[in-house]
Amino acid sequence: MPQELIVFIKHLINGVQVGSIYALVALGYTMVYGIVKLINFAHGDFIMVGAYAALFSIPVLTGIGLPAWFCVFVAVAACALLGVVTEKVAYKPLRNSPRISALITAIAVSLLLQNLFMVCFTSSPRPFPEIFHVPDLRLGSIQINGVAVLTIVLSAVLMIALQLFVQKTKLGRAMRAVSEDSEAASLMGISVNRTISMTFAIGSGLAAVASVMYGSVYPLIDPYMGSMLGLKAFIAAVLGGIGIIPGAMLGGLVIGLVESLTKAYINTQLADAVVFGILILVLIIKPEGIFGKNIGEKV
Amino acid sequence: MLKVSDLKVSYGAIQAIKGISLEVNEGEIVSLIGANGAGKTTTLHTITGLTKAQSGSVELEGRNLLATESHKIVSLGLAHVPEGRHIFSSLTVEENLMMGAYIRKDKERIQQDLSRVYTLFPRLQERREQAAGTLSGGEQQMLAIGRAMMSNPRILLLDEPSMGLSPLLVKEIFHIIKELNQQGMTILLVEQNARMALSISNRAYVLETGKIVMEGEGQELLQDDQVRKAYLGA
Repeated sequence: MPQELIVFIKHLINGVQVGSIYALVALGYTMVYGIVKLINFAHGDFIMVGAYAALFSIPVLTGIGLPAWFCVFVAVAACALLGVVTEKVAYKPLRNSPRISALITAIAVSLLLQNLFMVCFTSSPRPFPEIFHVPDLRLGSIQINGVAVLTIVLSAVLMIALQLFVQKTKLGRAMRAVSEDSEAASLMGISVNRTISMTFAIGSGLAAVASVMYGSVYPLIDPYMGSMLGLKAFIAAVLGGIGIIPGAMLGGLVIGLVESLTKAYINTQLADAVVFGILILVLIIKPEGIFGKNIGEKV
Repeated sequence: MLKVSDLKVSYGAIQAIKGISLEVNEGEIVSLIGANGAGKTTTLHTITGLTKAQSGSVELEGRNLLATESHKIVSLGLAHVPEGRHIFSSLTVEENLMMGAYIRKDKERIQQDLSRVYTLFPRLQERREQAAGTLSGGEQQMLAIGRAMMSNPRILLLDEPSMGLSPLLVKEIFHIIKELNQQGMTILLVEQNARMALSISNRAYVLETGKIVMEGEGQELLQDDQVRKAYLGA
């Protein structure tokens, strides 16, 4: 196999790996938007909180004889709790207010989390230890990083599980019903509050998984790490069609690939510009996103 | 069965319901008629907790509904078919019907009720796999009623079931309402189509700007001069 092709494939895999992380984060944006029509701008910072929760739990876990990667569970629990509490405290009181109020509040929550963590843990980056010890995968002359394979497989499994949950289970049906028409859902006997809490918990939990996988690729964490990652995942969600779960998955992969290939073949510093350029293009050409439909409703 | 006493509801500074009292007895069809903005829909919304009351009481078989969370009311045997149908348009017809049975666990009875709905509305059976948003207005209304029936209620609140339907469909829907009632369902009906509503009702209340201005038997109100002038265009 020619060397160029091998390098290209490596960049592709790299893109899919980062893209899977974006997809996991984008799912949180899209699920929350689908159900409460709010862009939760604090979602990116949930990732940061997840990364810190994972980092701080590692010594404790290894101290009691558990493997370090159990920190994923701690991060998921911490983020799910954070998501549910944020919704109850900050967003729920504004549910009947103009949407812009909730949006501004979300930005405030984002700033609050960033600054709170900066005050508590300083702004200097902390190294994230290597917690997954997976052997590299060899396919002929191509060697694939084990963590990359793990990230891709884990994300795929989570996304399939999420899709099955939403489509096939009773709680998933309740989620779809609330996202479509919360009043009618309530008349069916569905607790709208509980469904919204569940959505925030799942979305934030996925962000926590993303945080640990991200820490394994870029092993430095700081209080601001969530803002850029969050923004790119948000673009992924918009690209796929905000509110649409498969859209977030596809959007994440596309953004990851574009970023990786731009870095490899155009210019590293242009990668972010290209990603934001995609956002602008989407908003101009197809604002409803790839999977979005302009649904005509019968009156 | 359902008893509303001195109910008051406000939207901000505007009082939409200014102290109304009404009662629905078991087995009856009671209708609430009145012009646009009289407070008919608000009354139903307050009964099922979608709108908060300011004061007064709503009791279903002695149980205080105002203190019951909206999503818990359907399990007490009261189903509400909202104005504008509010079906889940991206879900299929059958998924919509199954949403109606969300709180139930008795699988066999749910299947029985599903076939009962399909017998009542054969057109829904033909379209069971179709996305509900693609149905015609009349079919959507049938779906909304069918979905409410899937919770196996004892009392049904119907809000403007005739809205936007052709005269022929209105007739069909009212025929079905009558049939449901004959099978033992208690019904509280809100309608702008006063003639249709009164003709099938045991009793009716006339609502005007948040107050009940008249009440009586359906046939009696149909003959009443004031009602004829104001609501029947005669």
